[in-house]
Order: sequence, then structure tokens, then C-alpha cells
Amino acid sequence: MRRVIRGKVWRFGDGITTDHIIPGRYYHLRGDLAALTAHAMEDADPGFARAARPGDIVVAGKNFGQGSSREYAALVLVERGIQAVVAASFARIFFRNAINVGLLPVICDTDGIETGDVLEIDLGAGVVRDLTRGFTRDFAPLPRWMLRIVEDGGIVPHILARGGFGFAFTEGEGDGRV
Amino acid sequence: MRGQTLVEKILSRRLGRPVEAGEFVVAPVDLVLAHEGTAPLAIERFAALGRERPATGVLLFLDHAAPAPRAELANVQRRMRAFAAETGARLYGVGTGICHQIVAERWAAPGQIIVGADSHTCTAGALGAFATGMGSTDVGVAMAFGATWFRVPGTIRLDLTGRGSDGRGLPPSVTAKDVILHIIGLLGDDGAVYRALEFGGPVVEALDAEGRMTLCNMAVEAGAKTGLCASDGTILWFLEHMGRGGDFVPLVPDPDAPYERRLEVDLSGLSPLVAVPPAVDDVRPVEELVGLRIDQVLIGTCTNGRLSDLRLAAWIIAGRRVHPDVRLLVAPASRRVYTEALAEGLIEALVRAGATVLPPGCGPCVGVHLGVLGDGERCLSTQNRNFPGRMGNPRGEIYLASPATAAATAVAGELADPREFLA
Ligand code: SF4
Repeated sequence: MRRVIRGKVWRFGDGITTDHIIPGRYYHLRGDLAALTAHAMEDADPGFARAARPGDIVVAGKNFGQGSSREYAALVLVERGIQAVVAASFARIFFRNAINVGLLPVICDTDGIETGDVLEIDLGAGVVRDLTRGFTRDFAPLPRWMLRIVEDGGIVPHILARGGFGFAFTEGEGDGRV
Repeated sequence: MRGQTLVEKILSRRLGRPVEAGEFVVAPVDLVLAHEGTAPLAIERFAALGRERPATGVLLFLDHAAPAPRAELANVQRRMRAFAAETGARLYGVGTGICHQIVAERWAAPGQIIVGADSHTCTAGALGAFATGMGSTDVGVAMAFGATWFRVPGTIRLDLTGRGSDGRGLPPSVTAKDVILHIIGLLGDDGAVYRALEFGGPVVEALDAEGRMTLCNMAVEAGAKTGLCASDGTILWFLEHMGRGGDFVPLVPDPDAPYERRLEVDLSGLSPLVAVPPAVDDVRPVEELVGLRIDQVLIGTCTNGRLSDLRLAAWIIAGRRVHPDVRLLVAPASRRVYTEALAEGLIEALVRAGATVLPPGCGPCVGVHLGVLGDGERCLSTQNRNFPGRMGNPRGEIYLASPATAAATAVAGELADPREFLA
């Protein structure tokens, strides 16, 4: 994964649930990811699935991805080409799911970041820059082993590429909110 | 050695060395579970890892949309049956009940580590297991390796005290559901994110295993990784009742366990509560909402579909009529609950009063079938979530309450205070 990511913002508020991201009424489409993705974020912003572009970044308030364990919530965002979700906090199952499917979660203060802003995420430095508005926010970088899973495209490719299961956990590295 | 929280104790026992909150560990997993909504992807991940046989116990459930309401879901169920037949995974089919209830009845035991592709896997914490919800990929990996990684969570300890000289009593018509709604209101829906909730104190000691399951079930609604209760004589009794007394291990946290936060909660003045949409932590006393128009009442789900819940509902409804303006749906949490309720005459009393009984399973909780709301309709439900669209229609509203409040509402035809029915 590139150390610096840049993309256009889709801004959402606090408490975006997995039902907002991919509603339960599309349960039957779970076998068809492309069809499911056409409904991504439908109950938060019905225009999102059509208008989002590969490389865009989702920005939200607190507790993003709260609710059910449905991994499809992270998957439809990846399928739509979203590179990263930046939120004030994440529900922990969503956070784990994001890592597992190769979607970068970043935890920082998101106040003042708005739809259409261009955001730059510097993974090495732990800094988010709003290039449109000219402010920066710091974040605690993910532990290196977690970032490696994201870089490998998720935990399954990670295990296949690295020949097995077992992580070099380094304590005190990043804040590892899982 | 320093004292340990329940979570630290369980993980330390399974790993054979002391672990502390904050540490990352790879731990063995005793049991994994998934249902129609999450199993297909878990199976796909398991297969992608090149494994043929699961490395741990695998339970698969047809509960979320069973019997299948559409061909796509019927085909998912066929694939799950085929996978179970090929790999020896245990499949619980249509009509057997909700995954978390069956896990509690037949599988969960103190000291186990359980990982489920469903957020309410934490229900089994009531029996002293470390049980947590994850996504399908995590569950597929745990299936393949019989282990997964965890960050040992810090713990928020809740000491619950009620009425009486022993502090064990709850006010009239106040149930475990009201208690957990109150706690979620206190903590907020993200108040326990990344943490474990440990429930204790006189009120919890006096609760039966079913009430403790209601508490632990909704730990995730405060964002928690899991909820836990000590495994004591009540749990021994429950396991014996389920024919599994041999699974019992006593497990209590140390008195000097290092809690991240410790909260004393006085429940002696609590009213029955209602969580108002669209948030689980917008919790209000029932008296503020009495008279609100309600179109549908649901009694059931992994939160409140157990025998004690149906008893409470039948106690209020028996001999009365469900109000003609309300549809009352009742879904027993498992076939066992259903047959016990039949034997006690609860089902007959409910049906005679006008209830519609649904097959054991999730019923309309997740909005796939059996009670989707119409535009502008309101449901009072004993379930655990009231998010927009949860019951299949973002233009419907869901209010959360106890089975007592639900039953009172079904009879009154509008949101009602159960204290007026349970004098
Ligand atoms: S009853 Fe509802 S909350 Fe419980 S497992 Fe089923 S869908 Fe999920």
C-alpha cells in the first residue's frame, strides 16, 4: 500500500450502522456482490452507490459500522473502490472486517471535513491532511502487522502469501483497536 | 500475580499463561458458528485457505430466513447443508431456533472461547464463556486454523444493586431487558467499544441464566466486544437442566481485578424502559411514551424469546384479548423453548388471545420475512436493535422494550405501562 493516499471525501455523520451501509432487505443479494454494491450506503445517501468513484474516501463521525457483523458492509465499500474509511471511532467488528478485506480504517477527529474535500492520508507519519481546507489531524498509526494485512489485500491473501497463520505482535506499536 | 477480570481468566486458562488487557494473543477457538447471512462467505474463505476439514467445532444455523422466503436464500441453505454433509459441521435446520439460543442450550460452557459470524454471539457470555462476534472472514480463518487473534479487552465492571436488604430485587415489572436498556443509556451506544462488559452485584446474582443472557446479548449495543457474568450455582443449575452438568467449571473474577472502569448502578428506582428509534441508547421511562400508537408487537429474538419471556407475556395476555389495532407476533427462540411453552399452555393462551406464533428463529428481527413493517408503521419489539430499516423498511419505526411492556402494549392497542397489568 502506498504510504500516502489521496482521495475525494464522502462525508457521513455519527452512528452509521451496517443497516445504513447495506440494508438487511438486500439479504438475498449477498451471493451477488456487484448487485449488492448497487445499494451501498443507500439508507445514508441514496446517491452514493452511483456517484462514488474508485479512490474516494469515506469520512464519518463516531461508531462507524455499528450493528450487525455483516462483512458485506466493508465488502461493498471495497467493491465500490473506496480506499479508506476515516472515522472518529469504529464499531469493533466493522474495524476487524475492514482489515480482513483490505479496506484501510483510520481513526481521527473528523470534524470539519466535508463532502468533496480532497483528503491526504500519510500512513507513515500518521497524519490526515484536508487539502481543500488546509488543516491536518494526527492519528495513531495501525500496528505494522495489521497494516501488512491491509496491504496484502486482506487476511486470506495475507495468509496465502506469507505461508500461514501467526503474527509477529509487537506490543506498544499503534493503538490496535480490535 | 495480579488479580484478573473474567475475560483475562478465560483467555489465560486456555493459553496456559497469564494474559493482560491490551495484549495481542493468538488463542484456540473451541467453537465457531455462522448462519445463512454469514456462512456462505465464511465457507468461501475457508475453502480459499485450501482446507478440507475444519480445525474446530463448526455449527451452522438456518435461523435468519427460515423457512426460506426466496429462491436465492433456499439455494444458500442448500449449499450450507451440502457443506455440513461434506465436512461434518453440525447444521441446525429450519425450525430448530436462533443460533445463540441453541449454542446456550447445547454447547456453550464456562471457560470456552467462541467466535461467531453474528454480532450477538456475546450472548454465551452469560454462561461464563468468552464469546464474541466477528465477520465471515474471521470465522472462516478460525474454522481453518482452530485459532484466531484477539486483543485482550479491557473490562468495564457493572455492579448492579436493587431493592431490599440484600439489594437483589428489581422494582415491579422491571426485567433484565430494562436493566440492560438502562445500562446502554448510561454508557451510550459506543461507550464500551473495544471493551468487555462484566455484569455482577446482587441483582445479577439473583437473575436466572435466561435473564443473564438478555444482559450479555445486548453488550454489543454499547459497542462491547463481549458481555460476561461469573459462572456460579445458577449456571451449574442451568447446565444440569440442559443435561450438561459435566460442562460446568466455576469461574469468578478476582476481587482485585484491574478494571478499566467500575460502575455501581442502583436499580431500585427504575421504571420499565423503552429505547426510542433510531438509537438504542435513547432510553426513556415507559410513562413518557404511554399512549403512543403501535401497529405491531414482536415478542421473541435472541434477546427475549426464551421460556421466562413467554411466561411473562402469557401471564399478562392470558384471559385478555390482543387489541384489534395491533398485530402480536410471537417467535420462540428455539424448538426447546417452543415445546416447553406448549407443555405449559403458554402458546395456547397466547394464540387464543389473538397472537400469531412464528416458527422458532429470528422472525422479523432482521427484516427479511414474517413481519416487515409498512411505511410509517411502528413496532414495539423485544429485540435488540431499532436502527432505521432493521425490520425491512426504513420508513418504519422500532421501539425496544421488555416482554412485559410488549404484552401490555399488545393488549392495550397502544404503548402501555406493564405495571398496570402486573399489579
Ligand atoms: S434474533 Fe435478531 S438479533 Fe438475534 S440473531 Fe436473529 S436476527 Fe440477529
